[in-house]
Amino acid sequence: MKRNLLLLALIGILLAPMVANNYMIRLATIMMLYCVLALSWNFIGGLTGYPSFATAAFFGLGAYAGAVCQGQGVPMYLAWILGALMAAIFATGLGLAILRLRGHYFAIASLVVADVLREIVNSTTNLTGGGMGFNLPILKLEVDAQAKLFYYLMFVLALLTVATAVLVDRHRLGFGLRCIKQNEDAANMIGVNATIYKTVAFILSAVFVGWAGAFYASWVNYIEPGDVFDVLYSVKPIVMVLLGRAGTISGPIIGAIVFLLMEELVWRNFLTFHAGVLGLIVVALILYLPDGVLALNFRRLVAWRKNG
Amino acid sequence: MLYLQILVNGIVLGGLYACIAVGFSLVWGVLNVINILHGTFIVIGSYTAYFAYIKLGIHPLLSIPIAAAILFLLAYAFQSGMINKVVAAPVLTTLTLTFGLDLFVNNLLIVAFKADYRKVILEHPLGVLTLAGITIPEDKLAAMGLALLLTGLLFWVLDASRVGRAIVAVRMDREAAALMGVKVKKIYALTFAIGGVMAGAAGSLISLIYPISPLNSLPFLGKAFVICVLGGLGSVPGAMLGGLTLGVLESFGALAFGPEHAVTLSFITLILFLLFRPTGIMGKRGYE
Repeated sequence: MKRNLLLLALIGILLAPMVANNYMIRLATIMMLYCVLALSWNFIGGLTGYPSFATAAFFGLGAYAGAVCQGQGVPMYLAWILGALMAAIFATGLGLAILRLRGHYFAIASLVVADVLREIVNSTTNLTGGGMGFNLPILKLEVDAQAKLFYYLMFVLALLTVATAVLVDRHRLGFGLRCIKQNEDAANMIGVNATIYKTVAFILSAVFVGWAGAFYASWVNYIEPGDVFDVLYSVKPIVMVLLGRAGTISGPIIGAIVFLLMEELVWRNFLTFHAGVLGLIVVALILYLPDGVLALNFRRLVAWRKNG
Repeated sequence: MLYLQILVNGIVLGGLYACIAVGFSLVWGVLNVINILHGTFIVIGSYTAYFAYIKLGIHPLLSIPIAAAILFLLAYAFQSGMINKVVAAPVLTTLTLTFGLDLFVNNLLIVAFKADYRKVILEHPLGVLTLAGITIPEDKLAAMGLALLLTGLLFWVLDASRVGRAIVAVRMDREAAALMGVKVKKIYALTFAIGGVMAGAAGSLISLIYPISPLNSLPFLGKAFVICVLGGLGSVPGAMLGGLTLGVLESFGALAFGPEHAVTLSFITLILFLLFRPTGIMGKRGYE
């Protein structure tokens, strides 16, 4: 039953561009992007329990690495891979350094990384265009074909992320990460090499995000530091995962979809109050729905409504 | 001479920084909550001073009590109404909650006051003090003096008053304090409110010197992070030392690398300190 449903969804996603208009395709592409971001954060935040705010740093780094490579004449496909690699290498170094910190200290250290990278990009005007932003070479493709191309690319990336998440979940890596989340010292004692495990989780939380950033740069053709290093890229995935359920695989995906729906249906009506409504949702989520929508007991909800 | 001037600039700046960070540090140390709202609280303080001056003609240095009172109420309401509900939850929960509140309040400010930069322009501007070849703008000097005075006042409150002792007791050991009859939740709300008061006071002082805009809240917050880590958590002298250090560091950093790298420099210092000396310069009470 479940398998059939999944198959049906896959076929639907593959065939959707035949019938959907460009708006829907664009929306679906963003949905895939959000799934990638949420699932990626889930490796470090959901499974390992480290409150990372570094997603924006990886996203921006991937975007700029991909863009600058393309500007230097590297073929587009290779540039994307380089963007992902760059994010992974950066995450390795950063992870080895700051994963030693715990709690608030880790959160703050990861939060300021995006700011540092943004300032560096801003000041290296020769390479990155600085605050003026960076124009990517324009694809020789029709608008429609381009939209479909990035839809499928983002879909493949999302599938790759899901596959990795499933593998990690079943592999001893996932088990070790859960141990670390529960009690890191105890995990160390029973032979989980916490340093390596955490670093791998951190790299996993970076590589697909960097890749998505490189896609994004090619997709929108123009990036600027304030856009791709936006702190909201760090906050949104956390909200999505909390919306779904942290530490699971379906949770982040459902969270990403619910988040996108809210974004489109609710707060596109609040153009000047976009961030404010997001803030309200975050507050409501933390106070009233701390375990996510998956934890809602719909039967009890229905029973409660009937009785009430 | 140049170096001396830069040192003095740094110290003057540092006094203000201490005032910016001390409330944030107190909340972090006592509640174990990172208050992302802190930068926005400071901005609200600045707007209070701005409107008190424009509409009522009250000098920004005299409107500190108004700003402090407004933020006391606001912060008390946030803590007792919302943050107290999750205060014992993991880091991610409290951090995300204050982040959400900040997004909301900051956006309200942008809608209400627009994102433009405003500035308090005094009718009778303060002059410049020249002492042995070193120039100090008097408004900055007055702001720094008041900032240090307020910080000292907070130190005295924590050190000598009943409430202050209760706050320190909760910071040291929450369970033990509760057993001694301290109402922990109430102390949390009061501590958060005092954090707000310090932010509001800092905001009205700053309105003399910096332009005012809701967009300034994140830079202020960033400074508070760095100062807390430099000086160590939750202690008033620590925030003072951290603020002065950051002020001097930024002044000399601007000379060495150019002012556009101030943020990068201070954040790299932050990360280095976290890695090698997470207890701060004074090395008191680590927190993993």
